[in-house]
Amino acid sequence: MPTDTHRAIEAVWRIEAPRLLAGLARLVRDVGVAEELAQDALVAALEQWPSEGVPGNPGAWLMTTAKRRAVDRIRRNETFRRKLEEIGRGLPEFGPDVGVTVAEDDGIGDDLLRLMFVACHPVLSTEARVALTLRLLGGLTTGEIARAFLVPEATVAQRIVRAKKTLADARVPFEVPRGAELAARLSSVLEVVYVIFNEGYSATAGDDWMRPALCEDALRLGRVLARLAPREPEVHGLVALMEIQASRSAARTGPDGEPILLADQNRARWDRVLIRRGLAALERAEALAGDDPGPYVLQAAIAACHARARRFADTDWERIAGLYELLAAAAPSPVVELNRAVALSMAYGPESGLALLDQLTAFAVLRDYHLLPSVRGDFLVRLGRRDEARAEFERAASLTRNERERALLLGRAAACGP
Amino acid sequence: MRFMVITKATAASEAGVLPSAEDFETMGAFIEELVDAGVLLAAEGIGPSSTGVRIYFDGERKTVIDGPFTETKELIAGFYLVEMKSLEECVEWFKRCPIQKTAGEPTNIEIRRLYTAEDFGEELSAEQREAVARREADADPAYRSA
Repeated sequence: MPTDTHRAIEAVWRIEAPRLLAGLARLVRDVGVAEELAQDALVAALEQWPSEGVPGNPGAWLMTTAKRRAVDRIRRNETFRRKLEEIGRGLPEFGPDVGVTVAEDDGIGDDLLRLMFVACHPVLSTEARVALTLRLLGGLTTGEIARAFLVPEATVAQRIVRAKKTLADARVPFEVPRGAELAARLSSVLEVVYVIFNEGYSATAGDDWMRPALCEDALRLGRVLARLAPREPEVHGLVALMEIQASRSAARTGPDGEPILLADQNRARWDRVLIRRGLAALERAEALAGDDPGPYVLQAAIAACHARARRFADTDWERIAGLYELLAAAAPSPVVELNRAVALSMAYGPESGLALLDQLTAFAVLRDYHLLPSVRGDFLVRLGRRDEARAEFERAASLTRNERERALLLGRAAACGP
Repeated sequence: MRFMVITKATAASEAGVLPSAEDFETMGAFIEELVDAGVLLAAEGIGPSSTGVRIYFDGERKTVIDGPFTETKELIAGFYLVEMKSLEECVEWFKRCPIQKTAGEPTNIEIRRLYTAEDFGEELSAEQREAVARREADADPAYRSA
């Protein structure tokens, strides 16, 4: 088979798979069955397109073929028929209209949104939701997902099979949740997208390129979601957050892959296309959120403060401290408090930060968290209390598991003098 | 990876004829699809060459020549800035672009990959790379306004 056609089919597949799966899932009400049908259509494309060429409307071709395959399978597989009947679908749906080009884009957006909610259903573990979302909506193969998450392909395949079974067993309806359920289910979708993004963001030099590419996959999913659910402030908030964070990718590691702190990054290397997009998304999010911004909108607003500052010294720390206070109320967490302490120290001096840190030592989860003594040491240095600072840096060094960080912290301890 | 997708001038675009309401609709639907798919970063149309100039460089001499320029098919009329998984994905997307319908004549679209910092790798020193990035940021060209 000519490689060109094969690559073209792969590309078409990536473009069409989510819509195809969403349309089929609506018909058969089962993502597992929908995926099998879609795979059948892909196999048919791989057989026919190399000799016949890529059709003019590949999406419609794949959908028509998938439906035709469904009929073939039903005819020769009674088990499959029973399965279809079990899930509330009879044969007629696949009858006379098979072979007719499917209606263009009729409600396809709704189907995609439904598919997203199903793939991110809380009945599934986060790992399963992530794998299923990348597979069904990101157009990634099982092998690609495995490479991106540094796990064996069989593990991902297993995860996906189990997830589809869980969804079928739980009879998860193929619909967009309404009312009170919507908020919780939406946050499950957002969490999955952000987990994917962070996995890509934490990739380090030398990793398989599939890992950093997860950032692009997550951004794409986020942007798609923002088009499907345009009235949801948190969706735009998450998109804004990801666009702004992604804008720093080129600046956040040095030539040898060592991390560079925000304060030391060369801001000229920040991607201004993404910053603009992020700020625009944030504006939409804030307009929709009104007086009640959620955690993603607030995190995006904080990221935007850094993005707007041309130099580190220009950072609006008072605003950041205020945003962290809101975030601590909207989504309380010791790590948020720690960040708030840093912002307070930058805005109002190290004493303000230190006062908040003293309250944080009560949090059990922070007891062995190296950043607490590290930040504390930083405040103490700025207050000229070098002896205390040295002890904090040494303690931080003993807590971190990262060699490079340990060296850095011991260096700071030594710099405090004997 | 990012691609610049360049659309070419036509007799009509060079004559400064603006797209009809129908063409606007047709192209708008395609652009909407790109946005829906989360792949479009920016898209702009470019005025006819009669509204532009060229600066010719020859040694110390710089000559500014007013448009229009004659080699229509080589002139650009617009561009898209997109983020795609591969050149193939970009090609498959833009085979769907209704450009010939709106151009009203056979035409072509050119797809070019954008360089990233990594591409310069060995060629430039770290300082040079920083300098390039700083210049870009300071110039803040219009195409960057997504």
